[in-house]
Amino acid sequence: MITHYGYIDGSGEFYIIIDSDKCNSCGECVKQCPQNALEMVTEFIDLEDKTVVAVTEQHRKKIKYTCSQCKPEENKTPCILACKQSAIQCVWKPQ
Amino acid sequence: MITAGVDMGIQTIKVVILKDGQVVARSKAASGFEPTKAAEQAFEEALKTAKIAKADVAQVLATGSGMDMAPFANGTTSMMGTDAKAGVHLFPTARTIIDVGAEEARAVKCDERGIMMDFVVNERCAAGAGTFIEAMARALEVKMEDMGPLSLKAERASPINASCVIFGESDVVTLIHRQESKPEIARAVFDAMADRVSAMVHRLGVNPEVVLVGGVAKDVGFVASLKRKLGINILIPENPEYAGALGAALIAANRAKGAQK
Amino acid sequence: MKETLKDAKEYWRWQEYHRVLPDKSWKSKDTITAGVDVGSVGSKAAIMVDGEMYAWAITRTGSNSPDSAKKVMAMVLDGTGLQQSDIKYTVGTGYGRVNVPMANKAITEIACHAKGANYIWGPKVRTILDVGGQDIKAIHCDETGRVTSFLMNDKCAAGTGRGMEVFADLLQIPIEDIGKVSLSIDEEPPPVSCTCVAFAKTEAIGLLRKGWTKEKVLAAYTRAMAIRMANLINRVGLEKEFVVTGGQSKNMGIVSRVENILGVKTLPSPNWRDGGLDPMVAGATGAALFANALYQKSQGT
Repeated sequence: MITHYGYIDGSGEFYIIIDSDKCNSCGECVKQCPQNALEMVTEFIDLEDKTVVAVTEQHRKKIKYTCSQCKPEENKTPCILACKQSAIQCVWKPQ
Repeated sequence: MITAGVDMGIQTIKVVILKDGQVVARSKAASGFEPTKAAEQAFEEALKTAKIAKADVAQVLATGSGMDMAPFANGTTSMMGTDAKAGVHLFPTARTIIDVGAEEARAVKCDERGIMMDFVVNERCAAGAGTFIEAMARALEVKMEDMGPLSLKAERASPINASCVIFGESDVVTLIHRQESKPEIARAVFDAMADRVSAMVHRLGVNPEVVLVGGVAKDVGFVASLKRKLGINILIPENPEYAGALGAALIAANRAKGAQK
Repeated sequence: MKETLKDAKEYWRWQEYHRVLPDKSWKSKDTITAGVDVGSVGSKAAIMVDGEMYAWAITRTGSNSPDSAKKVMAMVLDGTGLQQSDIKYTVGTGYGRVNVPMANKAITEIACHAKGANYIWGPKVRTILDVGGQDIKAIHCDETGRVTSFLMNDKCAAGTGRGMEVFADLLQIPIEDIGKVSLSIDEEPPPVSCTCVAFAKTEAIGLLRKGWTKEKVLAAYTRAMAIRMANLINRVGLEKEFVVTGGQSKNMGIVSRVENILGVKTLPSPNWRDGGLDPMVAGATGAALFANALYQKSQGT
């Protein structure tokens, strides 16, 4: 399941996108995030509970500010680089 | 040399008249539905206070979101530029200027000459600006100017949905029915705004000194929350709402000098 | 703080009711499962017999989730001859899902909503736009109802039922008429520039002063909201088997504009008054289906 954490607002479109099918629960991205904006959660996939990464509730509504320091425009944030499964991506389109 | 700056804000128009680097008059007027007329009146009033004839003003520059609606101005200048100019004029050590107005919040990074180097603007969302305080004061049935002092009485912030003015308003109605503490609700409003504004500042990198201007800078509740959030001292000038107009008048003086040469 | 709208005026009227499908019955060897969806405004429950819909109920959410769950379970059991103890497995969903006392498991509303939509409209459904009172969700799913891509906006009121209420209030148009009124214009005006509801109010007052009619202002605002929703749908992936659920599915001004922008037609929704299923119960339906699957799995079948 691909989850888009973020929003569009008057200043553009900002999403951290996590593919929980690809996530192997290693937690490396959580360690690499300088903002502590990621956490491991339980997700119900194909009748099983799987531990996957998610953006914390606290940061979802202000992701533009939380993540902009990692230069998401280049798609090379620490979390993206940390993920060997390519489970994390971002869409960053400031207007 | 006499110049003037007109800040055409969404809610309030501010005028500053500058004579040889000194502010000689200030005036303001509600923008209302005829901002051009309101701006002309505010300008006349400031001229009268300063006892200066219109013909003696070398240059008038307009700024603010309605800057195109001041036909008597000689030109316009950006809001980020005026913030930077005014900030460094008021506090020579200022390198970060935060401007929180009725509908917009900005953070501007500048050099020692008051030249803007980088900036961040909020997202055209009322939850990040003065409108939020106004709406929540209405919901709490307290005067807007009482929100700040009220919030200072709270030890903690109540858990309202502060990401949106509309959601925040309905939350407040429920919390009041439950007789939750008004100071804690007020503090939640300021904490949420400070959270957003400090995130904007962090985006630029926190370069001291940090100066806060704009109408919301007069609100002690917001100032307390922002200081707590940024963890550093914040400089606030007298008459912070006139910073934009002051910056425009300063830039007008520079332009007029340039034209003389 | 989602429970706060409980006290607010509920404009998108719906009825509290319960229904037992007349042509269905159960035997003691059947697997009876239940889904309970405790939402911010409504609580819903569904009962399935061997994975087939048997009964459902819908009621207003009360002051706490456990009591609301108990109330809607009592409603759904009424007239079925079943007792709580006959139910083999119960899944809770909705924002109050962790507080459903009779639930064996809690599953997110996104997973349950897609699963339920797959049951209600059939396996052809791929894209779901759910516009509730306080959030907008865009979901893309596969032919089994498994969510493949999703996003949710609960950051701001723009486009939600609450945002439309505020705007309707400002223009003094009864909320149930806003769809019709927004379409009663000769030519579609350009959308308002502010999506923020608080700022759009200021913009609307300016437009009215300029001589725009209420209808035109509402059309411009509705168009801006529809553009916003279309953007969310495109982000998760649009396919032509597309449905709109939630309170705003009754707002034709929104639905027709979203259809127009995306160039697709929504699938027609069943109506429980005509003997069909109820899209409002999609979450509980999906939860009851998951309950059935989980029970089968626990039995090793």
